[in-house]
Amino acid sequence: MTAPTAAGYGLVACHVCELVTRAPRGGAEGVCPRCGAQLHSRKPNAVARTWALLIAAAILYLPANIEPVMITSSFLGTQSDTILSGVAYLYHSGSWPLAVLVFAASILVPLLKLIALSYLAASVQSRSRANLLQRTRLYRVLEFVGRWSMLDVFVVMVLAALVNMGSLANIQAGRGAMFFGGVVVLTMLASMSFDPRMIWDATREENG
Amino acid sequence: MAETTPQLEPSGLPQAQVAGKRRSSFSLVWIVPLIAVLIGAWLAWKTISEKGPTFVIHFKTAEGLEAGKTKIKYKSVDVGIVESIELSRDRSTVLVNARLEKYAESYLVADSRFWVVRARITGATVQGLGTLLSGAYIGMDVGKSKQATRIFTGLEDQPIVTADVPGRHFVLKSPVLGSFSLGSPVYFRKIAVGEVESYELDKDGKGVTIRIFVRAPHDQYVNTATRFWEASGVDVKLDASGVSVETESLAAIVIGGIAFQTRGDATAEPAAEDAEFRLFRNRAAALAHRDVVTTPFAFVFKESLRGLSVGAPVDFRGIVVGEITDIRPLYADGQVYMVAFADVYPERMAGRQIGGSARERLGLTRQQSVDLLVKDGLRAQLRTGSLITGQLYIALDFFKDSAPAQVAWNDKPPRFPTVEGALTGIEENIAQITKKIAALPIEAIGNDTKRVLETLDATLKTIDVAVKQIDAKVTPELRDSLVDLRRTLAEVDRVLAQDSPLQDELRSALREVSRAAASLRVLTDYLEQHPDSVIRGKPEDKP
Repeated sequence: MTAPTAAGYGLVACHVCELVTRAPRGGAEGVCPRCGAQLHSRKPNAVARTWALLIAAAILYLPANIEPVMITSSFLGTQSDTILSGVAYLYHSGSWPLAVLVFAASILVPLLKLIALSYLAASVQSRSRANLLQRTRLYRVLEFVGRWSMLDVFVVMVLAALVNMGSLANIQAGRGAMFFGGVVVLTMLASMSFDPRMIWDATREENG
Repeated sequence: MAETTPQLEPSGLPQAQVAGKRRSSFSLVWIVPLIAVLIGAWLAWKTISEKGPTFVIHFKTAEGLEAGKTKIKYKSVDVGIVESIELSRDRSTVLVNARLEKYAESYLVADSRFWVVRARITGATVQGLGTLLSGAYIGMDVGKSKQATRIFTGLEDQPIVTADVPGRHFVLKSPVLGSFSLGSPVYFRKIAVGEVESYELDKDGKGVTIRIFVRAPHDQYVNTATRFWEASGVDVKLDASGVSVETESLAAIVIGGIAFQTRGDATAEPAAEDAEFRLFRNRAAALAHRDVVTTPFAFVFKESLRGLSVGAPVDFRGIVVGEITDIRPLYADGQVYMVAFADVYPERMAGRQIGGSARERLGLTRQQSVDLLVKDGLRAQLRTGSLITGQLYIALDFFKDSAPAQVAWNDKPPRFPTVEGALTGIEENIAQITKKIAALPIEAIGNDTKRVLETLDATLKTIDVAVKQIDAKVTPELRDSLVDLRRTLAEVDRVLAQDSPLQDELRSALREVSRAAASLRVLTDYLEQHPDSVIRGKPEDKP
């Protein structure tokens, strides 16, 4: 079964002024005759970009979890916490629902996002036609959930700004927070640069 | 689906312009993961390169230590952290695995020391108060050795002196440990200049070796002529010179201490590191022993030496010139003598004159000069230092009238001539008085007194009876008489009153008398003028 697509008819809509034009023949790059914007029927280099950003995010994911996120210094001494040690502390101190929440938002979600996006990119690259609908849904969920991972970074930043009482108590954001923020931003960018239409392109090329 | 296709191709659609060949964005986006790789690699390299050496410290207990939290500090700077704590295989010690910072790798040498800093109150000092809040940490003292090692045995106590404090260590030998402890101060002229670092029993068990540390620049005052003594607590001494209380400082009373003093001897060389000294019991002992020349003498007395103790002074008119070292009885010629052995420091008796002592001027040997003095009457005598305590001392003095005597130089030790003490005379007098008192007929006197008292008692009883009689018989009559007397007096009073009849009559009688006197005056006047009327009578008045 073949669904008609704009690309199938050689039509391209301008991203800026929404003018629908005929794409130039021979796969050359087109420019919108009205506003002069670059024209492309799919996000350019979508898979490569997604991969690049995903790899960068995966690399940063390691220091994000190893390096301390929050450095608490008080007159009792200095303590630096990583995300995992924070989760462990919450769990041991009895508030396991909070521990689960933090674990899900800060460790599981970024990790699943990395894995899911990799799966999507890989499946697009291999022109797989399996689970088309499910994959599209997965992408929508990723788009929605992605931004909530920044919760941790927000908490640390708010604490660092609020708890600043000189030698009595002082909270600083650790290097881990920076890396963690990097991971979240990069995965968001990766999911943005991914073009979900390409999931469905596999069906067209098979038949057309 | 095929039907809809024509509608989607409206002829009016503009044709997109063909753009020039753009540079590929392909390579640009790959910069991002490249940067990420660089950052990751840099982090990894940094972590690995900054990873300092690990080492093991053996401790008896891990009290207050926490894996991953307890810091290792050198001069209060964090130089490492405890990574894990485990028990040794035989469970006798605790193995503390720790990691130092990279730059501190050279600190791990054979004589570096580690100890756990906890809050501690010892005598006059309070240490590690901060650890009450922050928890214990491991203190470190970097040694001077060049030999690197990774296994250390932790100290139980914080070392008193760290390796980088300039100064010198000295060793003191003492028969017993005084009342000082680790960290007790070492005083020089009452200024704390060092600490007691360690002490231990000698291997043969016959003494104690104490190591002290004297900080620079005060260590220069320790020379070969320096004497150390215990400045521990309060030294109360009761001797022939009375009661003396000596103490170094209030802190020394509490935690004890060691004091030293150096003679102003310019010839004494500075003491070397780890030089050995004797530790004296007290200041007096320490300073008394600085006499170089000691001549032993024996003093033989007939009287009891009760009150003369070892250490009692040999006195020459107020100068302590020696010290009793031993007291022994001597049986000779069927008699018991008491012998006091003494060390005499003849230097102290040397006359100080310009141009050296008299002995040196005369070119005499010490023995000759003593002989000369004895010939002049120098004798030893037992004297009472304090009447309250009964302490005795040996006095050297000149007795011009004493029988000639000589120092028996051939005896060992030489015997010094003695004279009978002033005390013996007093004792005899007292004995005589006692005898006289004993001879008094105290019993007879007592009997007489008793008899007198009995008589007196009888007399008093008689008087008592008489008084009672007087009281019973005389008193009522006396009372009656008094009542009568009072009545009579009242009568008299009434008679003599202004308005009484007696007064009235008396007044009129007197008036009569004065009138009679006036008549008499008229008669006499008439008789003067007419003396003849006595014979002729009064002539008749002429009408």
